[in-house]
Amino acid sequence: MSAGAGDAARAAMLLGRDGGRTMALGGMVLRDPELLDIALTAWRSAAGSDAPLVRVPRNVDLDRLAGGLDLAATLAAGRPVRHPGLIVSATGGLLVLAGADRLEPAIVGALAAAIDRGDCMVLAMVDDDAVVPAALAERLAFDLRAGTGDADVANVVAVDGAGDVDATGVCVIATALGVHSARAMRATLRTAVLLAATLGREAALRCAAQLVLAHRATQLPEAASPPPEREDAPDPQGGQADGAGALADRVLEAVAATLPADLDLAGHGAAHPSNGARGRGERRRSPRSGRAIGAQPGVPRGGLRLALVDTLRAAAPWQRLRGRSDARLRIARADLRVRRFENRAEATTIFAVDASGSSAVARLAEAKGAVELLLARAYVRRAEVALIAFRGECAELLLPPTRSLTRARRALAELPGGGGTPMAAGIGAAHAQAEAAAAHGRTPFVVVLSDGRANVALDGSRATAAADAEAAARAFGQTGIAAAFVDISARPRIDGERLAGWMRARYVALPRGDAQALHAAVRTG
Amino acid sequence: MRTPFPFTAIVGQDEMKLALLLVAVDARIGGVMVFGDRGTGKSTAARALAGLLPPIPVAQGCAYGCVPGASACPAPDRHTGRATTMPVPFIDLPLGATEDRVVGALDLEAALGRGEKAFEPGLLARAHRGFLYIDEINLLEDHLVDLLLDVAQSGENLVEREGLSVRHAARFVMVGSGNPEEGELRPQLLDRFGLSVEVCTPATIAERVEILKRCDAYDRDPTAFAAQWKRAEGKLRRAIAQGRDAVGAIEVPDMVLARAAKLCSSVGADGLRGELTLMRAARALAAYERAASVTASHLDRVAPMALRHRLRRNPLDETGSTARIERALGDLAA
Repeated sequence: MSAGAGDAARAAMLLGRDGGRTMALGGMVLRDPELLDIALTAWRSAAGSDAPLVRVPRNVDLDRLAGGLDLAATLAAGRPVRHPGLIVSATGGLLVLAGADRLEPAIVGALAAAIDRGDCMVLAMVDDDAVVPAALAERLAFDLRAGTGDADVANVVAVDGAGDVDATGVCVIATALGVHSARAMRATLRTAVLLAATLGREAALRCAAQLVLAHRATQLPEAASPPPEREDAPDPQGGQADGAGALADRVLEAVAATLPADLDLAGHGAAHPSNGARGRGERRRSPRSGRAIGAQPGVPRGGLRLALVDTLRAAAPWQRLRGRSDARLRIARADLRVRRFENRAEATTIFAVDASGSSAVARLAEAKGAVELLLARAYVRRAEVALIAFRGECAELLLPPTRSLTRARRALAELPGGGGTPMAAGIGAAHAQAEAAAAHGRTPFVVVLSDGRANVALDGSRATAAADAEAAARAFGQTGIAAAFVDISARPRIDGERLAGWMRARYVALPRGDAQALHAAVRTG
Repeated sequence: MRTPFPFTAIVGQDEMKLALLLVAVDARIGGVMVFGDRGTGKSTAARALAGLLPPIPVAQGCAYGCVPGASACPAPDRHTGRATTMPVPFIDLPLGATEDRVVGALDLEAALGRGEKAFEPGLLARAHRGFLYIDEINLLEDHLVDLLLDVAQSGENLVEREGLSVRHAARFVMVGSGNPEEGELRPQLLDRFGLSVEVCTPATIAERVEILKRCDAYDRDPTAFAAQWKRAEGKLRRAIAQGRDAVGAIEVPDMVLARAAKLCSSVGADGLRGELTLMRAARALAAYERAASVTASHLDRVAPMALRHRLRRNPLDETGSTARIERALGDLAA
């Protein structure tokens, strides 16, 4: 049994033990398909032989999951037959979900509501590095990667209601790790309670924190100053404060030791859930798929899919006229409906902002003002924005495409300034982002804000800066991606205009960096 | 399904709880938009409120949740003529719900089985006289949000499709929740919510511990936990019912109206909707607290939640909406 198997078995057993009782654990994410059998066996042994286990394929539709018309039975019977849906079949048990990272928001919503209501638990299988939709990740207590954790406590038996666990300790540990959700704390407490009888309080708490909190951590605890002292809350434990605090500290230390020293990855996942959650772009890859927007008359062939319910609806009013006398439906060719999908070509505006020293601090502030204005516009049109800054020796993607103004504003406020102008890197980064957006079925629009004075080459040297910039601009020009070049230098020279020409971008000279004028210029672009 | 978590057992989040109580007292205030991180009790509070409200009388057999004796039902023949009661509806609108499911569609059973053209009511009909809850409303398709707000505002669902022509009452309180980190709601839509509140994670460890302890008690035995809070729930339920009865008779003095107008113009809240909501919310608060008439203090207490989302502002500068309202209130007092 590998290291990961122990954790998976333990987590699944906890779910089984909790299922049909509190449902506070919600479920688990399993990132290694090899562990599924182990997990399900453990779950079954804990949940008992009566608990329903329902497997859900990745292409399940909302009707099938949440209940709706049973099409096959409807056609056979000649009258609508409803089925209650898989969530109802799994009442008090476990839904095993494949490909949970690619679910439609509607499905995620239905699952989240089912978990909230305590109808059933969810075991979500995803690839190792996939992003689980945030609404689901929040509600599933455990997230098990392959080969993490210790295996030696795999055989622990969870016992309900016997454990006595200190709620304060859970809060202190969660807070120190930067986990603020009440759901996570509740799941930690519940896990610790289930484990306390066999492991003892401290080990149970440590194990619970590792299972529930470690993958949610957004910060490393500060070992030197324990959190209860930093929070000026009165300690409800009174005289026991030392004992409880020390226990929490020991647990915290143990959990912290298993965290990666660089928490950037976990933080990244927590901060950018929207990208994965919506699977944006993924849905628009094929012209035959997209957001279903209804049905239209047509014959289902050549990849067009029959819209059965709509076909039935179209045929229904005519049944009597067509002389229907038995259960068999009279369906004419004219009744046939096919599904219609919409591939919205939504816009992604990519800002590449020159934050170099030559753009000077004041000009940078003006450029920021202009970008803010454009962001606000993009926001009203529900476009996505991305922000790239280039300075010093390279270009950096400060903000991956997002519709969140909150994050855009934050990224902009933190935009650093100074250094050389790696123009080629800046244009190259914008180019790459634009192509990525286009590959996701979106319409990219690039706005470069710079004084056009390239002085850092791709390799960081200064010699070939201008030549590299020209090459990058020409390469960009080849793509035909719409762009605007905003010259923010105090006295525009020919550099900016030439670059814009190579990029085939609209050139706007804005010696004053006037936000309103820029706004107007780009709007017409 | 479990017993819902008792509304009165929710720790903190006073503003959210107050906003929900006010719309429970007077549904005309409009919907409530709740902004905040996950795990701050948004869904819990909305679900709990519906469970708290007293059952409502309803015409037996009606698919549209008609008040007994109501004349405007599209399917009056289904009424048995007797009255019965039902719990206040609480409808969860799934994110990907189709328009069919929301507004209703041709009833396949009637059409196939009996060759009749009949209307099958959708979620809007089921939500009539209750709550329509949309978690993560910022991820809902725009056209659906528009549609919902139209219906919520007019109190009527008008269906003209598939050869059907149906209109039925759909008066419900829309409760939306969302996290601004994951994409925002367009300002036009935001403005159409009556109240907006911001919830945040509890600041102190003590508060967190209390939340956790209550969750744990609830998890261990939901029924016993609910029983423990039964008295508080009953008291609140009576206060809401009493407020509902009283709200029609509460006076709003001219002085308070003038203050509302002054406040709206000083913070730059566009349009009349702000003032109307402000007045209704203040009146609901006065009724809930058994006051004889609305006072400036009622107005001031609801001002942030009624106006916060209506301020004319740079959409990028969201910090300080609340601060601006409080400053304006301070100026009025001076």
